[in-house]
Amino acid sequence: MPQPEYKVLIGMEIHVQLATASKMFTGAANGFNEDPNTQVDGVVLGLPGVLPVINRRAVEMAIMVGAALGCAIAAETKWDRKSYYYPDLPKNYQISQYDQPLCGAGTVMMPLPNGETKAVRIRRAHLEEDAGKLLHESGQSASLVDLNRAGTPLLEIVTEPDFSCPEEARLFGEELRQICRYLCVSQGIMQQGHMRFEPNINLHIFEDGKAYKTAITEVKNLNSFRSVERACEYEIQRQLTEFLTDRSAALQAGKSTRGWDDDKGCTTLQRSKEEAHDYRYFPDPDLVPLHVSQDWINRIKTQIPELPMARFQRYMQMELTRKEAAALLEDKAVADLFDMAVEIKQLPKRIANLMLGPAAKTANALTSERGTSVLISDLGVQASQYAKLAGMMEDGTVSASAAVTIFESLCSSTETDPMVAAEKLGLLQIRDTGATQAWVDAALANNPQAIADYKNNPKKKQASLGFLRGAVMKLSHGKADPKMVGELLEQTLEKLG
Amino acid sequence: MAEPLLTELSARELAQKIAKREIRAVDATRAFLEQIDTYDRTLHAFNEIYNDAAIAQADAVDHSLDRGENLGVLAGVPIALKDNLCTLFGHTTCSSKMLQNFCSPYDATVVTKLKAAGAIFVGKTNLDEFAMGSSTENSAFGPTHNPWNTQCVPGGSSGGSAAAVAGRLCAAALGSDTGGSIRQPAALCGIVGLKPTYGLVSRYGLVAFASSLDQIGPMTRDVRDAALMLNVIAGPDAKDSTSWPQPPPDYLRDLEKPPEKIRIGLPKEFFGDGLAAEVSNAVHAAVDFFRNHGAEIVQVSLPHTRYGIAAYYVIAPAEASSNLARYDGVHYGHRTPHASDLFDLYAASRAEGFGPEVQRRIMLGTYALSSGYYDAYYLRAQKVRQLIKDDFDGAFEKCDVIISPTTPDVAFKLGAKSSDPLAMYLCDVFTVTCNIAGIPGMSVPCGFSSTGLPIGMQMLGPVFSESNLLRLARFYELAHDWRTRKPAIAPSS
Amino acid sequence: MGETLSTTQVQHVARLSRLKLSDQDIQRYGQQLSSILEYVAQLQEVDVENKAPMSHPLPLHSVLREDVVEPSLSIAAVLQNAPSKAGAFFTVPKVLDISAGGG
Ligand SMILES: [Mg+2]
Ligand SMILES: [Zn+2]
Repeated sequence: MPQPEYKVLIGMEIHVQLATASKMFTGAANGFNEDPNTQVDGVVLGLPGVLPVINRRAVEMAIMVGAALGCAIAAETKWDRKSYYYPDLPKNYQISQYDQPLCGAGTVMMPLPNGETKAVRIRRAHLEEDAGKLLHESGQSASLVDLNRAGTPLLEIVTEPDFSCPEEARLFGEELRQICRYLCVSQGIMQQGHMRFEPNINLHIFEDGKAYKTAITEVKNLNSFRSVERACEYEIQRQLTEFLTDRSAALQAGKSTRGWDDDKGCTTLQRSKEEAHDYRYFPDPDLVPLHVSQDWINRIKTQIPELPMARFQRYMQMELTRKEAAALLEDKAVADLFDMAVEIKQLPKRIANLMLGPAAKTANALTSERGTSVLISDLGVQASQYAKLAGMMEDGTVSASAAVTIFESLCSSTETDPMVAAEKLGLLQIRDTGATQAWVDAALANNPQAIADYKNNPKKKQASLGFLRGAVMKLSHGKADPKMVGELLEQTLEKLG
Repeated sequence: MAEPLLTELSARELAQKIAKREIRAVDATRAFLEQIDTYDRTLHAFNEIYNDAAIAQADAVDHSLDRGENLGVLAGVPIALKDNLCTLFGHTTCSSKMLQNFCSPYDATVVTKLKAAGAIFVGKTNLDEFAMGSSTENSAFGPTHNPWNTQCVPGGSSGGSAAAVAGRLCAAALGSDTGGSIRQPAALCGIVGLKPTYGLVSRYGLVAFASSLDQIGPMTRDVRDAALMLNVIAGPDAKDSTSWPQPPPDYLRDLEKPPEKIRIGLPKEFFGDGLAAEVSNAVHAAVDFFRNHGAEIVQVSLPHTRYGIAAYYVIAPAEASSNLARYDGVHYGHRTPHASDLFDLYAASRAEGFGPEVQRRIMLGTYALSSGYYDAYYLRAQKVRQLIKDDFDGAFEKCDVIISPTTPDVAFKLGAKSSDPLAMYLCDVFTVTCNIAGIPGMSVPCGFSSTGLPIGMQMLGPVFSESNLLRLARFYELAHDWRTRKPAIAPSS
Repeated sequence: MGETLSTTQVQHVARLSRLKLSDQDIQRYGQQLSSILEYVAQLQEVDVENKAPMSHPLPLHSVLREDVVEPSLSIAAVLQNAPSKAGAFFTVPKVLDISAGGG
């Protein structure tokens, strides 16, 4: 069958767990990986008679994310109960925000791999409480309920269907994760469920001058970027196939909910529109409205650091590669360290090379050795040290290979001054013209064939020059300044006439 | 045998005598426990009685006083708690099979405050299941009987607390009032009942019925005891987002000062059809008393009163349907022994655990909130709620207090209204608007019917006017002897 | 506003309410709820034009707590009233339909 022309529309709902100390509506610890049912107080357990009280920090974090996404922050917001029965939801209603979300519409710019930026419209973002966990162990006749996660503050962010391919949906997820990490509202550890994605997908198919819209499907609870992309890809093909084989079903079905099977790589129908829940939203009478003053918003906005997106553009101006910029931006602490070093010494390229070369290598080695993540910024090497070492490379005090050795000694010894380390290690470059000339002369004396190639064979001219340079460096045990070596070598060769 | 007269003392008198070491707390406690032992099989005011624990508590009070320690204002005073207030001790059942075996791992804020004030807890009192009812007949553990006539209901839902106080089974009690559940049983049992302004007393630990209407309040034999109890339980609570942040005044301070320049409003809507003549006469006599003592009597109108019951029976069940969703047999409470799947576990546990009135209200509320009906029922009721509140705001521009009957009639016979839920709901006609508007309301004894049953008058004031209401009621009470009358209860056989 | 509830409606409401009712219960509750709804229908005659819904009796707003951790209940207290438990968990009959939750 010929493939018709079509347009993909993907929107996303993202749940972000906010890394507050305590829960959304009570003082029980908001902890992870604890023993089951140990982060539970009366409010979490939904005991008779208990009452919720809003966590100020959760509200501030939500406002911060909302502001970073360009959302209009509501001057007045309220809390609603969303009713459904499930064993991980002790009250059998979730406290959420229905028609007056804390964060309203906004637009955020997202970088695309081709260097362009794309505007993504945010429909709304609201605060709510997470549910606990239901464990279904195979072979058991019962399911187990752990309420540790119950009551964790959640920010639910809803976008407009602005993504035109699965990759964009994934990129947005990654961008949002970075934003949340930069704002310190979430560690963004996907394996721990800090962020959960629910893309909604449909197609506009063009045929015979008409546009057909397939029914929207929502894929629930994805917790990796890869699964977001794969699930969207699967849904596009599934909807297209359905349109081509059973057009009326594809167009007339109401909005439906599907689950993602990561092993099989497919989605399965969970719930169609007809069996949709009746959530019976109504304002929670245990909570009063929240007024958000402009003053409060302004104070929160001052806590928003430069976001990854803006930094990326700035790093591009520094002539870093996209890959280098992205690597530095991965963790805010690393990017901050980079910025501080560049502030001291305007040598971004050299500093980036140090950080992404020897520093990253050391950090990776320590990570696998210790089994927990060690960042470049955890190595104990200060911005001033990076700056000084980069400067030493720049002015030829040390060679690039010597810098690696010096860096390693800064990490492992008590030495803090790169210059002193270089001296102790005997890695300072020798910039004495006399000594260098002596090595040059010795190298030339040992390699007549290379001299002949240089003189007589234009094809081999550069190669023999490189070979001779290497020979000089070898004689100097790496201490000669490569630049001076190059100059003296060429001068001497010319003189040899 | 303990001194029988001890149980005739008011809570305030007991507290003072115990503090002065004229009476030992243990003796006072034992006296009330003996009353319970003698009469509670007849009245069934209590769900649970703490004989040993109460004596131990009282003993500790006595020892502290012996050591010269300064204790709280209720030190040694035997108190009863409505069994929908969470306590670390005993069970908290809400008179429901659902919570029959439920033990709370925490104390309600009011319980913490009573403990700090040195009160002795003699037991927890019966109620209409989850406080839904006006007769205490909807209890999974059987009805409470009215001490004045054991054939009659004590009112509800705080019927156990009302009967216990009227029958001298405790010095004072706490009740909860969502649509009249303190004031109506207080009226039918001839005691004082005060529903405070919404937000004055913390709801933390009160098992929720309808969150925007519920308030805890004192049920006492006289007005001064109500002021004393309110002093202990009122005040802001960080655990209740709906609690009013300002600290309350001392309700005892000016209590005995005769009121001056009082304007009393009589709402014509409260004196219409269906009001028993004896009740009307008694309330009018009380109004005459105030008039004779210089009060200005003004006619006021609360035109939306007639929609009060309708609005109430949308709002309260709607909130209840949500508040009671948590009782599902998963984390606590009754669980059906025969459930094949999760849905069945929920539906069977709830059908077995809840009585018919609770089921009815859950369904009513669920319906009112359900898709397609929300606007016509819940949203509209909330708008009518605003109109009812506006009525009161308008009336209180013309008067300081509104006086009305608390109930259309005196206590009715057990079973008389059981078959018709709507007829039972209509009993709340004078009391629900107070909760809807969030204002304070009191019921004060103002006479007896020819059949010897008590009559109560209701006094309503603007928000946070409790001091004024109490003072006026105290002035009235001191000039009458209703509170000294005592029901003759046949001892349990 | 339909004041008389059909059997199907009552069954639907019972299902939403998670109440397992016999046919007889459905009949009885249907009649009682219908008569209550008939009474409640008088709310329709009230002019509520331009009236804001009143959710709270008092003009309270912006009640917040600081993000401070307070003790959790002991595991014994958490499970104290559990009708069914296994180790540190509550248990329920095996849930097959994992989509039943909300979000
Ligand atoms: Mg539950
Ligand atoms: Zn959500």
